Amino acid sequence: MAEYNKPIPIPQPESDRYWEGTRREELWLRKCNDCDEAYFYPRDICPKCFSRNTDWIHASGNGSLYTFAIVHRPPHPGFVSDAPYITAIVELEEGPRVPANIVGVEPEPENLSIDMPLKVVYEKITDEITLPKFTPA
Amino acid sequence: MPVMSKLKDLSGAAEIVGVAESDQIGKLPDKSALQLHAEAAHNALEDAGIPMSEVDGYLTAGYSTYDVAEYLGIQPHFTDATIVGGASFVIHIAHAMAAIQAGYCEVALITHGQSGRSDRARAAANRGLPSQQYEAPFGILGPPVSYSMAARRYMHEYGEDRTRQALSEIAVSTRKWANMNPVAYMKDEPMTFEDYHNSRWISWPFHLFDCCLVTDAGAAIVITTPERAKSARKGGVKVVGVGEGHDHSMISQMEDLTLPFGRFTGPQALEMAGITHSDLDLTMIYDSFTYTVLVTLESLGFCKPGEGPDFVADQRTAPGGEFPLNTSGGGLSYTHPGMYGIFTVVEAIRQLRGEAGERQIDDCNLAMAHGTGGNLSSTGTVILARD
Repeated sequence: MAEYNKPIPIPQPESDRYWEGTRREELWLRKCNDCDEAYFYPRDICPKCFSRNTDWIHASGNGSLYTFAIVHRPPHPGFVSDAPYITAIVELEEGPRVPANIVGVEPEPENLSIDMPLKVVYEKITDEITLPKFTPA
Repeated sequence: MPVMSKLKDLSGAAEIVGVAESDQIGKLPDKSALQLHAEAAHNALEDAGIPMSEVDGYLTAGYSTYDVAEYLGIQPHFTDATIVGGASFVIHIAHAMAAIQAGYCEVALITHGQSGRSDRARAAANRGLPSQQYEAPFGILGPPVSYSMAARRYMHEYGEDRTRQALSEIAVSTRKWANMNPVAYMKDEPMTFEDYHNSRWISWPFHLFDCCLVTDAGAAIVITTPERAKSARKGGVKVVGVGEGHDHSMISQMEDLTLPFGRFTGPQALEMAGITHSDLDLTMIYDSFTYTVLVTLESLGFCKPGEGPDFVADQRTAPGGEFPLNTSGGGLSYTHPGMYGIFTVVEAIRQLRGEAGERQIDDCNLAMAHGTGGNLSSTGTVILARD
């Protein structure tokens, strides 16, 4: 297998638990106890109401396709052998939208429809980092 | 929220007296980005008939102002390096005007220079940012990917075929303007609808011809008090309306992918200027992509959400059309070094002065220039009025 040369996330203090979660093949979100909204990306203070009264929740990993693109001209050398590949914004059933790739589908527009149901799958890229991706449910 | 009564006091408090590009624009491997700043500054001050020694305010984006000011030999008493992508330089006009009105400075210089095509020292991304953790690992990197995902959502909401037709109309009409601009990168390259549809995919739904150019270029603007403008070489063009802001950074965090922040900055700038859309003679909209134009026309209120395809139909925005748009040839066909916003203003000033040659539009008295930065993240709007 060729060396992995795509950008690799560097967890920050507020996101360590998120990346520890994906490593266990679990998707964790933050949720505000005051405004009751789940949100992405992880940070301690709620971006909707600025409350500090927030928790982590274990998300189901189910969502739907909010939008997508099929990238033919890779914006980074690490994606050359993947192109064309599918990028997407996925709306999780808990509410937040997350960026991701859609995998397990040939990258043709007719194979993808907005609102199609998706489920999370995991791709381990290093000992520390596992990426959450999505595939048709 | 912005206080309209105070903004109305600010309206007309400063005038643009000089605009210029760098000596050449296009593909310039023998010039650094800083040299493009310097050439544009030199040319804009010459256009204004104002010596560098009078410049006491300095604004740029992408560098610290002290780095470029040192290179230029300026020691400013007002300094602003607001950096919100390609909208920055449009926003700088508003900041310069506020600073001039408040007494911080009398002659402000805004410069831009980028070697988007030829730079030997590309900046490394900041790896601590959320985008590096959550978007880049998936290849959601750079504007073509993020804007094409926004465009796909628009197609879902308002119809794929009519959206595609609108994107092609914008690409073709903008190229027609570029064919009339002697310094446009695509001056001698006509584009047919067939050419558009046959151009290769970059990031579906974007063809190559949905995407802006990648060039080397600089530009600069000189802005001063109405009093000082009187003795400027070509007089002044008043800044009568402004608006700025942003509502996200990453594309995945944009609440409505079909409604960027121009929904605030456009109406604010028009109200501050005391005019309506139909009063404008020229509209310059940052065209990073064909989709950016479509969705920006709607957000600024030229038409309702979803009506953009009807608004741009039948080459309405082309030379000779009812709605002159991006008469320089835009980022799509004239030049796009990375943060193109300043060039919307350069062309607006030339049109208002009657300096646009073959592409000059009749009776150009009021123009809007609108910049967009990031991933449809930030916008800056200015309304310019011939004195």
